[in-house]
Amino acid sequence: MTKETLFNAAVVLGLIAFPLWAWSAEEPFLITLATRVVILALAGVGLNLALGLGGLVSFGHAAFLGIGGYAMGILASHAQSYNPLMDWPFVIQGTKSMPVIWLVAMTVSALAALIIGVLSLRTSGVYFIMITLAFGQMLFYFAISWPAYGGEDGLPIYVRNSFPGMNTLDPIQFYIVCAVVLAVVLVFVWRLSQSRFGLALNAARQTAERVETVGIGVFRLRLTAFVLSGMITGLAGALLADLNRFVSPSMFSWQFSGEIMIFVILGGVARLFGPVAGAVVFILLEHVLGGLSEFWHIYLGLLLLAVVLFARGGIIGILTGEAQKHG
Amino acid sequence: MADRILSLANISKNFGALAASQNVSLDLRAGEIHALIGPNGAGKSTLIKQIAGALKPDAGDIHFLGQDVTDLSVVQRAKMGLGRTFQISALAMEDTVMQNVTLGALGARGKPFRFFSPVLKDVELHDIASAALERVGLQDHAQMRTSELSHGQRRQLEVAVALTMAPRAFIMDEPMAGLGAGGSKRLTSFLDGLRQEAPILLVEHDMDAVFALADRVTVLDYGCVIATGTVDDIRADPDVRRAYLGDDA
Repeated sequence: MTKETLFNAAVVLGLIAFPLWAWSAEEPFLITLATRVVILALAGVGLNLALGLGGLVSFGHAAFLGIGGYAMGILASHAQSYNPLMDWPFVIQGTKSMPVIWLVAMTVSALAALIIGVLSLRTSGVYFIMITLAFGQMLFYFAISWPAYGGEDGLPIYVRNSFPGMNTLDPIQFYIVCAVVLAVVLVFVWRLSQSRFGLALNAARQTAERVETVGIGVFRLRLTAFVLSGMITGLAGALLADLNRFVSPSMFSWQFSGEIMIFVILGGVARLFGPVAGAVVFILLEHVLGGLSEFWHIYLGLLLLAVVLFARGGIIGILTGEAQKHG
Repeated sequence: MADRILSLANISKNFGALAASQNVSLDLRAGEIHALIGPNGAGKSTLIKQIAGALKPDAGDIHFLGQDVTDLSVVQRAKMGLGRTFQISALAMEDTVMQNVTLGALGARGKPFRFFSPVLKDVELHDIASAALERVGLQDHAQMRTSELSHGQRRQLEVAVALTMAPRAFIMDEPMAGLGAGGSKRLTSFLDGLRQEAPILLVEHDMDAVFALADRVTVLDYGCVIATGTVDDIRADPDVRRAYLGDDA
């Protein structure tokens, strides 16, 4: 067993033990904090698929987070007002069912990622960063100026959506739902990274010319990775909106894109559990330092600087003594 | 002609005022090694890129296996069976040697869009990959990271990746570059046998290797073909001696 596997096992153990402890100690706030970690980690796992494995530095992943969030918000708001989404040519009702909402969130995110990907993957490097950022900002301003769903004020959802067989209003049960989703996605991404597709995508990051020369189209590889990545982050958006019971344009903001990227870089780029470790540290800092000072981001910035300058393998790299997977 | 695997007809390519290829015509026949030589800047690499599909010629056309491939992409030509090796090794340096050859096998077998089964446990791909490693003598280094290989071993890996594709023609851009005398000699005898599987268009500066291997030689200078013929013809050609070989060849 490698050190990284041990580290991952410890993270899993922590994510099981901590909320159970908080539950027995009757600390619902801490459970909610853990739920936030899990959901943000999921958003990071999505980005890491594009950024880590594919080398696609997307600075617009908040777009998918927001799309997932609004998919939930729109469906749930229609359900709570008993107003159908559309009457013609056929009636579509809103819904409060999580599985349906997730499906819609992922489908819409996939479509958006397909369109954004087709246009932005023709560029690379700093142009790719800028185009993905531009798409994120477009959606941000669109959400602000769309009065039907709250515009700038956002959209509150009064009761958390339902999952069959679970009481999602109970913090620990909602945590379990989110943690299981994260686990399933982690298994999926791990299998993917070991698969034929993973091998080719990973090679395309390092030497695209070679991959084309053996007869594999790099554009299609990257587009597929980008779509899968957007779907995962979109799913995280739906869960995050459900956690907050509130959707607002800030989910589309570039600051959020940056935060997702920080999880990935802090934890360790291209490492399966990198975003999970990154999200844990981020929330810890926010909670601990945020209590000391409103300006806790200064310390986050210093930490990020230290990681980028001295430990590009991220936290996992430091703790396992292994060099970076790649820079 | 039936045994023409690859043929270029009147290929021209300009970069601004620089004519990198001027009316270049050459062909590659079954079972031969056709060497492409010329001084630095003669346009060999530009020509290779046009054959592989990375650059589109301004004029002229390229036929591969009887089909006009002038407008086909790198990927399409590779799928047809064009196996190229790079002058500067284009390998996934963070991956293991085995992963690099498996990538070649994967490209040749198609179906890279499989997301679940572990690629390195795929028996079919593994067999192709190990066979290629064994042929170039890298079988003991399969689990090594590619960045840890010596320069010579990377050159061998370049050839191994091309082998996994079981191509119909090899395009090799200076496979001997930077190899020591021993390595050069080994690769020379390996390529000698390889021509029976698929013909080789060989760009090479190592004249010993060229004269030992080539059935035919084409000499490029300033983007023009200045001579084509057997090794003996080329050695005797006064233009070639002046442009490239020097008087002591």
